[in-house]
Amino acid sequence: MAKITIDKVCCKGCDICLSVCPKKIFVRSKKRNNYGTNMPDAQNADECVVCRMCERMCPDGAINVEGEIKENEA
Amino acid sequence: MNKLYEKYIKTDSLPTLFCPGCGNGIIQMAAINAIENLGIKQDVACVSGIGCSAWIPCYLKLDVMHTLHGRAIAFAEGLKFARPDKKVIVFTGDGDCLAIGGNHLIHAARRNIDLTVIMVNNYIYGMTGGQKSPATPKGSMTKTSPFGSVDEVIDGCELVMAMGASYVARWTTAHPVQMEKAIRDGVSHNGFSFIEVLAQCPVQAGKNVYGEKDAASIMRNFKNNTYIYKEGVEIPKEKIRVGTLKHNKNAKEYIDKVEWVMTARELERR
Repeated sequence: MAKITIDKVCCKGCDICLSVCPKKIFVRSKKRNNYGTNMPDAQNADECVVCRMCERMCPDGAINVEGEIKENEA
Repeated sequence: MNKLYEKYIKTDSLPTLFCPGCGNGIIQMAAINAIENLGIKQDVACVSGIGCSAWIPCYLKLDVMHTLHGRAIAFAEGLKFARPDKKVIVFTGDGDCLAIGGNHLIHAARRNIDLTVIMVNNYIYGMTGGQKSPATPKGSMTKTSPFGSVDEVIDGCELVMAMGASYVARWTTAHPVQMEKAIRDGVSHNGFSFIEVLAQCPVQAGKNVYGEKDAASIMRNFKNNTYIYKEGVEIPKEKIRVGTLKHNKNAKEYIDKVEWVMTARELERR
């Protein structure tokens, strides 16, 4: 299981992470970041496959993903 | 905060001045990833001009020079001559590189000097409030062309390819992995490398230029409107071609040529 953290200081609430995540882990929330906009919330972190697309696509480097790539559980 | 971001960014100057949804941050992250994967943090020097995109290297913990408007490539050439051991990366925008610095760009490409130029093309002058730039598409409404732009568009990649640059690639912010690979290839290539990155500017360009004002939908449009170029593949006319457009490994580099001439002269004197 991956551990996803979103930094309140860096996030600006552009909602790019919502569209790039293949597993739709990020959802809109009512939490406010320091910039004054709504920041996303990482809800279904168990489903994360650690593709690290959100890390690459976040323009402000707010997202950090810790975890190993999941093996095939078949 | 991202681990890699913490390692490379001056955290005391955060938050960055980029607007929410700006593409510059994605390019910054790709450049950080490329430098980390090559392991050349100590050997990199960055040069930038004026504009939003010129702020990309200013947050990095590297040797950075923030120079005059349009003259970033001229300063970088001087730096490369003085310190040929450094890998010089230049960050410029479309207005910085094609309008006011167009002369420096074509002459650096003509010389084939070992620089890596990353041109952030967001189709507009973002920092000064949304004026028309040479890369603005025909018919788009901006502050200085309220009835639609009528000028022909300058294609930066075609221009430097005609002038003899030896590595030319174009990617968008919707292709971050490929962009990182292009930056890695450009830095390790010995010769003039030009990487054009199509970026979104949701605040100043927004609906009038891209047809969308949301950063995520502009990036989805980038992905739908582009076509990955490979040699011998026909590309539909309405699509923008992305990919490695030119990679000539045999082209001679300028500093090598100068050194060759100097040694020939020395031998002649004896």
